Amino acid sequence: MPHANLSPRQYTILLLVAICAPLGDSCLSRGMTTLPAISLAHPATLVAAVFTPWIALGIALLIGFFASYLTALSWADLTYVLPATAFGNVIVALLSRFWLNEPISIQRWAGIALITLGVSFVAQGPSLTERPVDKLLAASGLAIDGPLDQIPELTVPGAIGEEARPR
Amino acid sequence: MILPYPAPRPGPIAAAAMIAAVVLCSTAGEVLTAAAMKSVGDLDDIRAHSGLQGAIRAVLTCPLFFAGVSFLALAFFSLLFALNHLNLSLVAPASASLTLVTNAIAGKIFLKENVDRRRWTAAVLVCIGVYFLAH
Repeated sequence: MPHANLSPRQYTILLLVAICAPLGDSCLSRGMTTLPAISLAHPATLVAAVFTPWIALGIALLIGFFASYLTALSWADLTYVLPATAFGNVIVALLSRFWLNEPISIQRWAGIALITLGVSFVAQGPSLTERPVDKLLAASGLAIDGPLDQIPELTVPGAIGEEARPR
Repeated sequence: MILPYPAPRPGPIAAAAMIAAVVLCSTAGEVLTAAAMKSVGDLDDIRAHSGLQGAIRAVLTCPLFFAGVSFLALAFFSLLFALNHLNLSLVAPASASLTLVTNAIAGKIFLKENVDRRRWTAAVLVCIGVYFLAH
C-alpha cells in the first residue's frame, strides 16, 4: 500500500533506524580495536569477540536497529529506507558538535548538508512503489483493510519474493 | 590464532577486498530481507490483526527472511574482520556509501522498485555526503 505521507509513528521508526545503526557501529569499533588482530585461519575467535562488553552493547543496539528496519521495510521501499540509515551519520556529527563540543570542519558541514538534502529528496516522494496489483486491489476495495488470507491470490511477476505469498 | 598486536596494516588491494566483501554481503542481505518483508506485508496491519506474536510468526515463517539474515550475518562478520584491520573512519563510510549505490541498483533490478531520478540523485548526494563526513 503506498504511503505518500508517513504517520508520526512511522517517522519515529525511521528515526530509530537512523540512530541505532551508527551508535551500534561505534560500539563495535571500540570493542574490535581493543582486541588483538584476528586471523581468517581461526574464525572462531571472531565469535568469542561477540561476548566482550562493547561488542555486546553494539549488538544490542544493532538488534534494535534491525527490528525497526524490518518494520520500515514492511511499509516502505528499500531505496526509501536506506537514506534514513545514512542520516544517522548526520545525527552523530551534530551530537558530537553540540553535545561534546567537538569541532566540525567545513568539509564535514558540506557532508551533513548533502546527506540532509539527499534524505529530503527521497522523503518528498512516495515511500512505496505502486505496483499494478496495488492499483487493482485499491480499485476493487480489497486492498488494505482485510486480513491477508482474504485477499485473492494476485502476484506481481519479476520481483524477488512477490510470488511467495498473495499480496 | 592471535596475531601480534598491533597488526600490520593491510595493502590497498586487501583493504578493497575487505570492504567489497562487506558491501556485497550487505547488499544481498538487504535485498533479500526487503523482498521478505514485502512478501509478509505491512507489519503494523498484521500486528493489529494478530498481535505481536502474529507479526513475529509472519516474519519467522518466511524463508526469504532467513536467506537475507544469513547474508547480513556474513556482512556483519566481514565488518568485524575489516574493523579489526582497518580504521572505522575508512570502513564505515566506504561500505555505507557504496552499499547505498549497490542497493539502488539491486532494488531496481531485483525488487522492481521505482528508482526514479529523485532517488538516484538522493543516493549520489548521500554517497558523496558520507564520504565528506568521514574525511
